[in-house]
Amino acid sequence: PNQLTLSQLGGDERRVDSRTIYVGHRSCPANEAFIPPKFCDNRIVSSKYTVWNFLPKNLFEQFRRIANFYFLIIFLVQVIVDTPTSPVTSGLPLFFVITVTAIKQGYEDWLRHKADNEVNKYPVTVLEDGRRIRKESEKIKVGDVVEVEENETFPCDLILLQSSRDDDTCFVTTASLDGESNHKTHYTVPDTEKDLESLNATIECEQPQPDLYKFVGRMHIYKNNQEPAVRSLGPENLLLKGATLKNTQKICGVAVYTGMETKMALNYQGKSQKRSAVEKSINAFLLVYLCILVSKALVCTTLKYVWQSKPGQDEPWYNEKTQREKDTNLYLKMFTDFLSFMVLFNFIIPVSMYVTVEMQKFLGSFFITWDKDFFDPEIKEGALVNTSDLNEELGQVEYIFTDKTGTLTQNNMEFIECCIDGFQYKYRDASSELDGFCVTDGPVNKLQQKAGREREELFLRALCLCHTVQVKEPTEGFIASSPDEVALVKGAMRYGFTFLGLERKTMKILNRNNDVEMYELLHVLNFDPVRRRMSVIVRAISGDTLLFCKGADSSIFPRVRQEEVERIRMHVERNATEGYRTLCVAYKYLSAEEYAQADAGLREARLALQDREQKLMAVYNQVETGMSLIGATAVEDRLQEEAAETMEALQGAGMKVWVLTGDKMETAKSTCYACRLFQRNTELLELTVRTLEDGGRKREERLHELLLEYHKKAVQDAPPVKAAVTRSWSLTNQDYGFIIDGATLSMVLNESNESNSSRYKNLFLQICQNCTAVLCCRMAPLQKAQIVKMVKNSKGCPITLSIGDGANDVSMILEAHVGIGIKGKEGRQAVRNSDYAIPKLKHLKKLLLAHGHLYYVRIAHLVQYFFYKNLCFILPQFLYQFFCGYSQQPLYDAAYLTMYNICFTSMPILAYSLLEQHICMEVLLDNATLYREIAKNAMLRWGPFLYWTLLGVFHGLLFFFGVRYLFSNPALQDNGQVFGNWSYGTIVFTVLVFTVTLKLALDTRHWTWINHFVIWGSLAFYVFFSFFWGGIIWPFLRQQRLYFVFANMLSSVSAWLVIILLILLSLLPEILLVVFRKPRGPHARQKLSQSSAGGLQSPRSSARPLLMRTFSDESNTVI
Amino acid sequence: MVKQEQELDNRPDNTAFTQQRLPAWQPMLSAGIVIPGFVLIGLAFIGIGIALFVTSRSIQVLEIDYTGVAQDSPCYRCSDPDTKDCMCSMDFSIDTLFKGPVFFYYGLTNYFQNYRRYGASKDANQLSGDLKYFTNPSSDCSPYQYDNDKPIVPCGSIANSMFNDTFKLYQIVNGTRKQVPLDGKGIAWWTDYNVKYRNPSVTPLENAFNGTVKPVFWSRPAYKLDPTDPANNGFINQDFLVWMRRAALPNFRKLYRRITEGDYAEGLPAGNYTLEIAYNYPVLSFDGEKKVVFSNVSWMGGKNEFLGIAYLVIGSLCIVMSIVMLIVYAKFKFPEED
Repeated sequence: PNQLTLSQLGGDERRVDSRTIYVGHRSCPANEAFIPPKFCDNRIVSSKYTVWNFLPKNLFEQFRRIANFYFLIIFLVQVIVDTPTSPVTSGLPLFFVITVTAIKQGYEDWLRHKADNEVNKYPVTVLEDGRRIRKESEKIKVGDVVEVEENETFPCDLILLQSSRDDDTCFVTTASLDGESNHKTHYTVPDTEKDLESLNATIECEQPQPDLYKFVGRMHIYKNNQEPAVRSLGPENLLLKGATLKNTQKICGVAVYTGMETKMALNYQGKSQKRSAVEKSINAFLLVYLCILVSKALVCTTLKYVWQSKPGQDEPWYNEKTQREKDTNLYLKMFTDFLSFMVLFNFIIPVSMYVTVEMQKFLGSFFITWDKDFFDPEIKEGALVNTSDLNEELGQVEYIFTDKTGTLTQNNMEFIECCIDGFQYKYRDASSELDGFCVTDGPVNKLQQKAGREREELFLRALCLCHTVQVKEPTEGFIASSPDEVALVKGAMRYGFTFLGLERKTMKILNRNNDVEMYELLHVLNFDPVRRRMSVIVRAISGDTLLFCKGADSSIFPRVRQEEVERIRMHVERNATEGYRTLCVAYKYLSAEEYAQADAGLREARLALQDREQKLMAVYNQVETGMSLIGATAVEDRLQEEAAETMEALQGAGMKVWVLTGDKMETAKSTCYACRLFQRNTELLELTVRTLEDGGRKREERLHELLLEYHKKAVQDAPPVKAAVTRSWSLTNQDYGFIIDGATLSMVLNESNESNSSRYKNLFLQICQNCTAVLCCRMAPLQKAQIVKMVKNSKGCPITLSIGDGANDVSMILEAHVGIGIKGKEGRQAVRNSDYAIPKLKHLKKLLLAHGHLYYVRIAHLVQYFFYKNLCFILPQFLYQFFCGYSQQPLYDAAYLTMYNICFTSMPILAYSLLEQHICMEVLLDNATLYREIAKNAMLRWGPFLYWTLLGVFHGLLFFFGVRYLFSNPALQDNGQVFGNWSYGTIVFTVLVFTVTLKLALDTRHWTWINHFVIWGSLAFYVFFSFFWGGIIWPFLRQQRLYFVFANMLSSVSAWLVIILLILLSLLPEILLVVFRKPRGPHARQKLSQSSAGGLQSPRSSARPLLMRTFSDESNTVI
Repeated sequence: MVKQEQELDNRPDNTAFTQQRLPAWQPMLSAGIVIPGFVLIGLAFIGIGIALFVTSRSIQVLEIDYTGVAQDSPCYRCSDPDTKDCMCSMDFSIDTLFKGPVFFYYGLTNYFQNYRRYGASKDANQLSGDLKYFTNPSSDCSPYQYDNDKPIVPCGSIANSMFNDTFKLYQIVNGTRKQVPLDGKGIAWWTDYNVKYRNPSVTPLENAFNGTVKPVFWSRPAYKLDPTDPANNGFINQDFLVWMRRAALPNFRKLYRRITEGDYAEGLPAGNYTLEIAYNYPVLSFDGEKKVVFSNVSWMGGKNEFLGIAYLVIGSLCIVMSIVMLIVYAKFKFPEED
C-alpha cells in the first residue's frame, strides 16, 4: 500500500501523521525491506530530576523566581562588599528557604520516581516467536504482542487481538483514567486469525494524541500472498494504559503506543498554572517596597556625601580611614555605600513572606479536604483540592458559570411520560394499574383516544432498540454513557418491553407477551452533540430492516414528514416548559438497496483515516432522512439538592450566575426558574433564534435592533452600577434575566463586520453585566469557554468561576480563574481538570461563602501585615542613619535582624492566617451579603495598603523617636551607669516585637488555644531568647555585642516605662478604631442576620411551585 | 473488607481542629469595656507620669562646658591643639546641698562613637585576654592594627581614641582647696568588668604586653592606665570599659566618677568649687564640645523630663478619649449595645 512505503521513505516517522506497526515485529510479504521503525520505549517518566541533575536543575528553577534571585543578589553583595550586616543574616534565611523547598521538591520527585518504577518494573508477559516471555513493563516495544490477565492493568496502549471470551470482547474499567467505574466493552479486531503466531499484519494508526475517546487506525492482514485484508480500528479496539481488565480471563494485544506516548501519559501533562489576584497584589506591593528600599538607600547615600563634605566630618581624628579606603575611587565608594544601604534595609522585603504565604496556602487548603460538610455519603468522598494556589480566589468570585445537567440538576433521569402519535401516556407508579400501558392515567386521558396497539408497540420497540445501553452482568441493571438512555429503557420496561441485552450483534427483547424477540444490530449511528440524535439500524427476524432514531426535537422535526410534527410538537413543548428533557422518536423502513447503500457508505467512512468524523457525519445525515415520527418521551432530571438555596445565596453574595448548557431553551429556562435564578419579577430579555425570526426581517437587522433595545432597557435606564449592587437584592429594583442561544451567540461573536463585531460584543457584555442571571442554552463546549474568556477579559477583569461535571465543561473549567469540578456521574474529566472538586453543587455555597471568604481575609491580612511589620522594623534602622553619620551602622544586632522574621513574628501571623474567623462560619453562610464586603479585592487595594503603610511608618517613627528622647540622657539605671548603642537598639526592638505581635492580637477575632499559645509563646520566646543570647559568651561570635544588654535593660525602670508607653501609644489608635468601627462581633452579626432575614424572606416566599409559575413567566418576557 | 476500610479513611476526621470549630474566645472591644479600660489606663499613666515628673524635677544637674571656645573661658588656652599637658580649672558654686551620691559625668557632642567602621574597629579576642591576638590583632583594627610593624594592644579606633582628660574636684573651704574624693569603682557594667573583658592571666601584667606597643594616641600603655590601683589596669580599667561601651547617639555623656566617700557621701554641700582639668582631648577639629555633668540619680536613672511628660500626655489623652467616647455613647448609643 502506498501509505506504508510513504512512511518508510519518510525515515523520520514524526514527519508523517500516521505510524505503522508490525505486529510481532514480523515483516510482511508486501514489503521486502523491513526497517523497524523507532518509537520511544515504554518507560513512564513523570519525575523531573535525576540524582545527578537534581542540585543544579533545582537551584536553577528556584532562582528563576524573582524573589529568590533578589535575595541571592543581596547575599552576594554582602559577601563581596564590606557591608554592615554579615552575609549570614540574609544567607541563613535564604539557605533555609532554598533547602526546605529543595527537600520538598526532592521528596515529591522521589515519590514520582518510586511510582514510575512501580509501573516501569511491573512484570508483563510478551509473546515472542510463540514463547511467553516475562519482561519488565518498561521493555515493551511498539509491535510487541502482550498478554494481560484479569484484574491487571494494561502496560501500554494495546490493540485488542484476542480475548479469552467467546464473543471476542473484553471488559475494562477506566477508573484510574477518567474515574468511570462501569465496565466498558472492547472488541477484538474482526476476523483476525486465532493463531497469533502466524498472524502477519501491520497496523497503521494516527500519531499519539491525548483524547482518550478518539482513535483511528486500520489493520492490514496478510494471508498467503492474497490481497491484504483491511480492518478499521476505532477506540473500541484500543485498550488504554492504566485501564484494568475485568471479567475476562486474559487477552492478547499488540502495543501501539508506549511510554510517554500513551494516552494516559499525554493526559497527565501539567495544566497551565493559574495565578491568583492576591499574588498580583503582592507583586505590586513588592514593587512599592522595592521603590521605598531604593529611595531610602539613595537618600542615605546622598546625605552621607553631603554631610561628609563639611570639614572635619568625613574623617575625624578618632576615626581615621585605612589606606585602602583613602585610595578608593569616590564614585566606587558611593556605589558601594549605596549597596551597603541596600543590604542594611533589605529586610524590608522579607524572604519569609514567600515561605509563609506558601505554607498558609498549602496548609490552609487542608481545611477544604477535611471539611466533613463536603463529604458525600453516596460517593463516599469529600472535596478535593488540586491546587492550593487559588484558595483566596474563592472569596473573590464575581461570575459563576455553571453547567446545567449534572450540576444544577442531578443527572438522575426518571421517565415521566411519553406521547405516541399525539396521545399522552403518563406512567403512574400505582400497582393497581397492572395493565399499565393501555389503561392510562386520570380521567382526563380516559376521554382521549389511544394510539393503536401497533403504534404503541413500535414505539416501545424503538425505545428498546435505539440505544447503547448494556445490561450489567451480575445484577439486574443497565449501564450507559448517558443516563437518559437508561431512563428510557427502564421506562419501556415498565410498559412491558424489556431489553435483555446484546449478544453477538443480536439484541433481545422480552415483549409484553413474554416472548423473546431478536433483532440483528447492523449499525449504530452514534450520538454526538452536533447532530443531537442517534440511530440504530436493525434487522428483524422477519427480514425487515429498520432504522430507529431518537434525538432532540429540533434535530428530528426537519427529518420527518411535516404533517406528523404538529401533533407531537405541542406535547414536546409542554413537557419542555415543565422542565423535562424531551426526545423524539422516529423510524423508517429501509429497503434492501437503501440499506446496501447506507451500509457501504458507513463502512467506507469508518475506514477512512482522515476526516473520519466528517465523513461519518455526512453518511449519518444522509441515512437519517425521510423518517416518520412515532412519538416523544419526557424524562425528568431532578434538581440537585439545595440547588435553589445555593443559587440564591450566591446571588445574594453579589455573584452573577450564568447558566451555560447544551440543553434546549425551554428546559433550561424552567431549570433556571426552579433554581430561583429567575424570579417571578425578573424581566427576561431573550435573544434567540426564535426572537430573531419573529419580525420577519433579516436576522442580522433584528439582532442589531434587539441588542440596542435591551441595552437601553438594562443598561441605560438602569440606575448606576454602584446603586444597582446594593439594590439588586431589594425588591423594588427591576431584575433582568438574559437568554441567548448558541446560534445567536456565534452571530454576536463572529460578526463578519469588524466594527460591528466589537460593538455587538460590548453591547452584549454590558447587557449581561446588568442582568442578575444569564442563561446561555444550546452551547457547544467551546462556546462555553469562549463566553468565560470574554467575561474574564472584560473591563475590570472580574474573577470568574466555572463549575461543571462533564467532559463538555472541561474547557470552561480550564478557562475560568477558578475551575470547580463536580464529582458527578459523567466521569472524572471535569474533576481532573478542575482546581477544586466537590461532590455536590450545594457544597459550592460553603466553599465560596465560608471558606473562600475566610481564606481571602486571612491571606489579605497576612500580606498587609507582613509588609507593615517589616516597614516598622526597618524604618528605625533608616532613621538611625541620620544619627550615626550615615555609616550604615545597624540599629539591631545581627541575631535580631535574622530572627525577627523567622522566629519572633512569623508564627503568630501564620496561626492567624490559618485559623482566623473574623466572622464565624455559620454567620457567613447565613448572610450571603457579607461576601460583598470583600468583593473586588477590597482588602488588598491601594487604600488599605496605604493605611497599613502609614501605620508602619507611624509605628516606626514612634519606636525610634520615643527611644531617642529617652536616650537624651543615657544614664538610665539607678546606679548612674549609661547605656550604649546596643541597648538603644534592643529597646527599640523589644517595643517593635511586642507591638507588632499585640497589633496582630488586636486583629485576632478568633482566639483558639493555638493563637494563645503562639502569640504569647512568641513573646515569651523573644524574652527567653534575648536572655539566652545575651547571657553567654558565644565562642563563635567575633563580638559579644549583646552580652547582658537585655538583662541590663530590664534592670532599668525607665526602659520598662518607655517600652510600655510606646507599645500602648502605638496601639491606641488601633483600639479606638476597633471601638468606633462597625460592630464585628458574633452578637452583632446575629442581629444583622435577623434584620436581613426579613429582606431575604420575601423573595423566598415568592418561590411558588414550578408549574404554577411557568404559565405566568411568558408574560414577563419581552417578546 | 479492604474497600470498606478505605471508605472509612475517606471520611474526613470529625475533630474540632479539622472542622475549624476549635473553641475560641472572641474578644469584644465594646464601649463597656473600653471606656473603663481607658479611664483606668489614663489614671495609671497620669499617676506614673506625676511620679516620674516629680522625681525628674527633684534630680539636680550641674553642667559645665569646658571646651574653651570662648576667649574668656579658662580653658581657652588649652583648646589650641598644639598645647601639650595643659591644665585649666573651672570655678563654680553650688547654692544648696547637691544631694549624694553625686555622679560625675563627662560629655561630648558631635562625636560619632556610633560610626560603623569606628565601632567595628576592635578585636574582641584580644580584649578577652587571648594572647594569640596580642601579636596578631584582627584586621578590623586597621588603621590601628600595627604601629611601625608592631602590634598595637589594645588595637583599633575605639581604644585608640579613649577619652583622656582627667579631672580633680576641689571645694573651696575658707579660701583653701579641699579635694573631693572621686570614686572610680563601679562606673562600668559589672559584666564588662568581670566577664566580657579579661586581662591575660600573666603576672605581672606588663609581661603580656611584650612585643606590643600602646595605641598611638595613648600616653601610657594599657597596663599602666591607673598607677594608683594595680587591679584597675589593662583591659579592665574602668575608664577604658566605660569608653568601650559605645554611645548610641553623637551627643552623649559617660560616667567618670562617683562622689560617695568621706564628707561628701551625703552630697556636695553648698559652696564654691574648683574643677581642675587636665585638658588633653581634642574636639575642636570636628566641632565637638566637652563638658562635665554633676548629677544625682533616682530610681528612674538620670534626669529625663521626656518620660514624665509623655506619660502625663498619654494619660490625659486616654481620659479625654474616654470622655469623648462616653459622650458619643450616651448620645448615639453604640450599635452593639442594645
